[in-house]
Amino acid sequence: MADLDLAPPPPLIATSKRLAEVTEDVCGALERRAGLLWWAAFLAAFSLLALGVAAVAYQIATGIGVWGLNTTVGWAFDITNFVFWIGIGHAGTLISAILFLFRQRWRTSVNRSAEAMTLFAVICAGIFPVIHMGRPWLAYWIFPYPNFRGPLWINFRSPLAWDAFAISTYFLISLTFWYVGLLPDLATIRDRARPGWKKTVFGWLSLGWDGSYRIWQRYETVYLLLAGLATPLVVSVHTIVSWDFATSVIPGWHATIFPPYFVAGAIFSGMAMVLTLMIVARKTMKLEDYMTPRHIDVMAKLVIVTSGIVALSYATEFFTAFYSGNPYEQFVFLNRAFGPFGWAYWIMVGCNVLAPQLLWFRRIRANIPAVFLISILINVGMWFERFVIIVTSLHRDYLPANWAGYVPTPVEVATLLGSFGLFFTLFLLFCRTLPVIAMAEVKGVVAHAQAERRHAS
Amino acid sequence: MSRRLMIGIFEEEADILGVAREARERGLKIVDVYAPYAVHGMDKAMGLPPSRLPWVCFLLGFAGAAFKVWFEYWTTSVNWPVNVGGKPWNSLPAFVPITFEVMVLFAGLSTVAAFFLVARLFPWRRPRLIHPAVTNDRFALVLEETDATFDPQRVEQLLRRFGAVEIEERVEEVAR
Repeated sequence: MADLDLAPPPPLIATSKRLAEVTEDVCGALERRAGLLWWAAFLAAFSLLALGVAAVAYQIATGIGVWGLNTTVGWAFDITNFVFWIGIGHAGTLISAILFLFRQRWRTSVNRSAEAMTLFAVICAGIFPVIHMGRPWLAYWIFPYPNFRGPLWINFRSPLAWDAFAISTYFLISLTFWYVGLLPDLATIRDRARPGWKKTVFGWLSLGWDGSYRIWQRYETVYLLLAGLATPLVVSVHTIVSWDFATSVIPGWHATIFPPYFVAGAIFSGMAMVLTLMIVARKTMKLEDYMTPRHIDVMAKLVIVTSGIVALSYATEFFTAFYSGNPYEQFVFLNRAFGPFGWAYWIMVGCNVLAPQLLWFRRIRANIPAVFLISILINVGMWFERFVIIVTSLHRDYLPANWAGYVPTPVEVATLLGSFGLFFTLFLLFCRTLPVIAMAEVKGVVAHAQAERRHAS
Repeated sequence: MSRRLMIGIFEEEADILGVAREARERGLKIVDVYAPYAVHGMDKAMGLPPSRLPWVCFLLGFAGAAFKVWFEYWTTSVNWPVNVGGKPWNSLPAFVPITFEVMVLFAGLSTVAAFFLVARLFPWRRPRLIHPAVTNDRFALVLEETDATFDPQRVEQLLRRFGAVEIEERVEEVAR
């Protein structure tokens, strides 16, 4: 115990900031012209988006036969991407709702961008089941509406119908939550803007917010209620996504551990994506005073926890297969680790279980490029996790005569790249138009910290 | 009808909290407090009763869930029953997930709608800013000069004592 560290933790936000400085730092970034870096990133993202639009247009016009699917592997790239993107969204809600209920005040500098990430990720996710339908113009058939076919209603016992409800609710509630949180900041932008179109637009968006405490009090109540609703909602969404698999009778999918395993995996992958985005955003937008190494440190710790849960789930799956005595179950898991897709399995284990262990070391958590690298690895690993779950469970089914392989076609790869293009295009536009930091919340934290310091001295 | 208002502008959270508490103790009528962020403890200082919005949330959430259970029951076992894998018509456990989602949707959206309604937040509403920096870094306390017992000089002293940076008297038309 030679060098026990008793120094107080570094501050969350450079607390010497005055309230007006917070406004200046956050709004100023929106009022300056976009830098070269932003344009380069936007151009890259937009090109990917264009590629994705072309790929989706092609596959809708031709039919989804252009994918690499076959009668054995009926779900592969598209559903992998769907589950991947939905999972990314979950960390945003964790930060905005669950950490709010736990009174984790560090969340204030990252919640706005994390919530935006949630919305954009859910948009990306929503695309995949819709194009998988093959006739996306009939996508509304998933919702019950009076029709001239009976009326023939949807099958409310199907997890796919549950999924449609869960994801639409999740998107609407996240959007509402985000907008309510934005209201005071939209008013701040409105009051800074010179008369013109910007003032008019933000005037409409801010709904005539004037900072009255009678409204603030109700706002706080609404925010608490929405956080309380979003917390079970986020758990339900990935639970229902996992039921898409778990209610089937496919060995490798039919497992009771799926709901907690998927929810933990979702938060794990989402945290990694938040870290990736945050490390880029703080550098490029000069927000180092708000998104401090301390934020990165706590988020890295959350990554270790969720990585541990995910690792435990991987082990539990194997143990259950072994203990079940069921030869089909056992075969699927041996095939998963040592079969033709074994390489994907070991990428998954390497990125999701082994790489995050480095974050136990404080020196690595403090090394921002290292954390960035690990966060990218986790993003890759979590994509492979879904690929492994979906493809390895399907490709060798009960009848060896039906065994098949799966290779994605360029159209599928282009669609995946296109979804990344859509995500980053939306995120970059968000960074240029709306305050990326919840000013009203950060001001509360800054003022509170200053008052405490004065009290102490 | 018109009323006379006295407005004090402050720079610190502690000042606005203190002055609001003191003004209420002296029996002055606080019209409102304006702040750039939700000042913790201000509702107690102003003596505001807790919001009734949780009731909206609870009742509408409950109504949404009840409606959805009825709807799923009606569609699958009354209006057009379809045999799915030999399951009973009224397979209540399978209805739980969507019922939960609809409950959250109703509760969330109706709470926000009710909030906009009671706080009168509409896109066409023009903000009446008590001070141009009230959404940036200033706090404002608005008192009503109710009757002859209101002594502007003594109130002004009170505001100054808590570090008011600006004090203003204003006559406001009140629509009746």
